[in-house]
Amino acid sequence: MPVTVKTFASTSEVAAALSSDRSARYLGGGTLVMRALNEGDISIATIVRAADTTLTRIDASSSRVVIGAGVTFARILAERDLAFLHAPARSIGGPAVRNMGTVGGNLFAPVPYGDFTVALLALDAVVSVHGGLGVRDIAIEEFLQSRERHGGTLVLSVSCARPASADAFRYRKIARIKPKGGSIITLAAHLPSGGGRINGARIALGSMAPVPIRAKAAERALDGRSLDGTAISAAAAAVTEGISPADNALASGWYRREIAGVHLRRLLSGQE
Amino acid sequence: MAKTALQFRHNGRDVAIFVDGGVNLLLALRELIGDMTPKFGCGQGGCGACSVLIDGELHLSCLTLAETVAGRSVETLESMKDGPNLHPLQRAFADNFAAQCGYCTPGMLMAAKALLDRNPQPSRAEVVEAISGNICRCTGYEPIINAVLAASASRARA
Repeated sequence: MPVTVKTFASTSEVAAALSSDRSARYLGGGTLVMRALNEGDISIATIVRAADTTLTRIDASSSRVVIGAGVTFARILAERDLAFLHAPARSIGGPAVRNMGTVGGNLFAPVPYGDFTVALLALDAVVSVHGGLGVRDIAIEEFLQSRERHGGTLVLSVSCARPASADAFRYRKIARIKPKGGSIITLAAHLPSGGGRINGARIALGSMAPVPIRAKAAERALDGRSLDGTAISAAAAAVTEGISPADNALASGWYRREIAGVHLRRLLSGQE
Repeated sequence: MAKTALQFRHNGRDVAIFVDGGVNLLLALRELIGDMTPKFGCGQGGCGACSVLIDGELHLSCLTLAETVAGRSVETLESMKDGPNLHPLQRAFADNFAAQCGYCTPGMLMAAKALLDRNPQPSRAEVVEAISGNICRCTGYEPIINAVLAASASRARA
């Protein structure tokens, strides 16, 4: 069924169009919206696009990195100052998907996709959205918990603090098909430390719930301790506490729970 | 609903068509331009059979809104056509038995072209990565990887 395509010059016009029309969807790279149209999703009557180039800006010059929602994964891989995000960007799709898929779209990607968002959750990112009431910043955890409601807003950018060292941020995606495949489980860990002890650990998991979630029990097991075998074992044992992953075609929920600790242990131990 | 006028370069030639809102580039190429080389596989971005180059960059035409290529350059497998002569990549695919049913071949060739255009001497790992978004259910991939490496080597000798 044909849909109406509207292209606006400014992000505020796009936000107004999205907030006033429940059947409107924002088209970024196309990997989610065009797929839905190809599958005959009749809930989409209007496609909204933005010509505003601010959505494709990257500011990686300071300790706080700001990435426009329209930045593709290929661009992240081409940006030397974003080396800490190269592993999650590389784990997404093949080259064509990385040339098209955007950071903003990934925030809405359903399981088993959305791996980049797992990394952003571990990094305590902030999502800047333009809704009917103007622009506001939302912590990514809060954004993900109410993700469905944000379909009527325009994501402008995400921002996060650059990890203090390469070792402070770790990422791992487990898939049956290499190098490309849907996630069985995706793990990201941000491990800030001071005086030899971890302070403020954030561990994020993908494909373990409908949206990426934090493994808070595992975080508690690490906080205030050095990253040694005992702390790693405690975190691995606690990683699935309160988490009930669903079955899908790639793996059962039981299997995901069984392997979560194994892969967290490997991630924290620096094993391949 | 009114159609939208769309102009772009298709394999080096300016074309103008009218598209319905929401039509993807794959349908526009096949049904409105008559270029049947990009294939419809999954319509979900999972198989790579519809791969084309947009301004030299590999894209999935099934997930590309046709209107977004206005004023841009789109290359399909048809661009490799040179009378009776095969493109070096096509020759390498034939010599290395890299096509069986042939359905994935247009997408594989475009993914390989995108790689060799920016990296004429790729490693085996880089070839594997370059075609990682393209599914082949016949060959087991090894002949395809060998063909791309052979095309790279023949280009280096030329």
